[in-house]
Amino acid sequence: MYSIRRWVVRHARSVETAYRMFEPVVIKLAPFWNWVGYQRAEKPVGQVEKLSKELLFDCKMCGQCVLSATGMSCPMNCPKSMRNGPCGGVLQNGHCEVLPDKRCVWVDAWEGSQKMQGGDQIHAVQLPVDHRLQGSSSWLRVARKSSDDAPHNNQEGRDD
Amino acid sequence: MINHEAGDDRRVTATASFSSASRLERTLKAGYFAVTSELAPPDSANPEDVYARARVFDGYVDSMNATDGSGANCHMSSVAMCALLSRIGYDTVMQVSCRDRNRIALQGDVVGAAALGVNNILCLTGDGVQVGDHPEAKPVFDLDSMSLLEVIAGLRDKQMFVSGRKITDPPRVFLGAAENPFVPPLDFRPYRLAKKIAAGAQFFQMQYCFDLPRFATFMARSRDLGLLEKCFILPGVGPLASARAANWMRHHVPGVHIPDAVIKRLEGAQDQKQEGRQICIEMIQQLREIQGVSGVHIMAHRQESAVAEIIEKSGVLRERQPWFPGSDPLPEERHDVQRDHSLSFCTGRLS
Repeated sequence: MYSIRRWVVRHARSVETAYRMFEPVVIKLAPFWNWVGYQRAEKPVGQVEKLSKELLFDCKMCGQCVLSATGMSCPMNCPKSMRNGPCGGVLQNGHCEVLPDKRCVWVDAWEGSQKMQGGDQIHAVQLPVDHRLQGSSSWLRVARKSSDDAPHNNQEGRDD
Repeated sequence: MINHEAGDDRRVTATASFSSASRLERTLKAGYFAVTSELAPPDSANPEDVYARARVFDGYVDSMNATDGSGANCHMSSVAMCALLSRIGYDTVMQVSCRDRNRIALQGDVVGAAALGVNNILCLTGDGVQVGDHPEAKPVFDLDSMSLLEVIAGLRDKQMFVSGRKITDPPRVFLGAAENPFVPPLDFRPYRLAKKIAAGAQFFQMQYCFDLPRFATFMARSRDLGLLEKCFILPGVGPLASARAANWMRHHVPGVHIPDAVIKRLEGAQDQKQEGRQICIEMIQQLREIQGVSGVHIMAHRQESAVAEIIEKSGVLRERQPWFPGSDPLPEERHDVQRDHSLSFCTGRLS
């Protein structure tokens, strides 16, 4: 929902705080995901993730979430799928050249990042999207990565 | 400090190695004020149509940009134009857009283009298909301009495809990117420049500059971030044909920002076309004085024949005359663009 998506960006700081509380829980559940099996957990967890993130961010389930690095504005809503900043065609009113009645997701991303504690992550260059991960759960990927990385786990995963 | 001195600073550090056989790279790294221009691609399979369009710039530009379906319109491909021009010895900037090809096609094209003699590549995301003549086409956007830079830098420096497979002879290219300091989010634009430099951009060709204060602010911010020593910046300029054309552009061409004052000046002129060129000349001269500006990129859509006069009157080349066919003192060099051009990248002398 467009209006909710905009609200989230305006409250990027609170959303960030909420996520920072939520992420360790998902990671702590790693033994549980292991027990269930990531393959089996994928469908139900993915469904929950999809429903909640679709509502909040108009999430496209790219499977490699970068919301923490994009001011809580999902870059996959950009018609050019730009994950590293705005294109050169942004209108003077901050709207999208392709969808002129919508705000550029990167204008939002920049504003959102300025409100966030970890807003500096917007300066990191993002890798190209891995299209194989489309539709998969980012949360489980974070949990799995953290448990794989343990004991060096520093929980700095930028995923949401 | 004027631009020349800024260029000199870089000469010390940057000429230690060249990433390509590009004449543009040599011009910039030697501290000369470089001039590039946009070459409109023909809707034709006749090579002579490409050569005729290039010829109007002879002796005035250091490199020509072959556009890649600009405005999402179909024309001759940029790789083909560059290949044709490199046969003659011209230096070209091959524009590569992410709109029409995925990473497999893009990497293949870059390697192939380098084999055909292309030395400079400008990485672009590309306009959306809806603005062009094939709005029903599928937009690809597998990569964005930033990841395209990274990918090509990887081909060149790590000598491997994204997959990790080795390349025996990597594409030796001078890597460029675009930036538009005139559209929102304005505060983010210098940081985006930084990101592109981190991703591998060595030079920038920018959107049309009609708003000097806005550009100066962008450059000052970029200087504070320490970016001006890490790249060469060529702001875009171009003659406006009339006040009406300017008005049309600012409402229909995404990313073009033209302040009211410019339109008023055109409206008040007796000969609007001439005034448009005069504004362009003045803009080039003013841009030259901004620290960190290494050259200009001229986009004179449908006014290509005016480019020579504009450059001449702006005086930015001083005594220097960029290479053109026939100007080369060593004719055999024309057939071997891969050879070191350090002595022959221009025929004139430095002022």
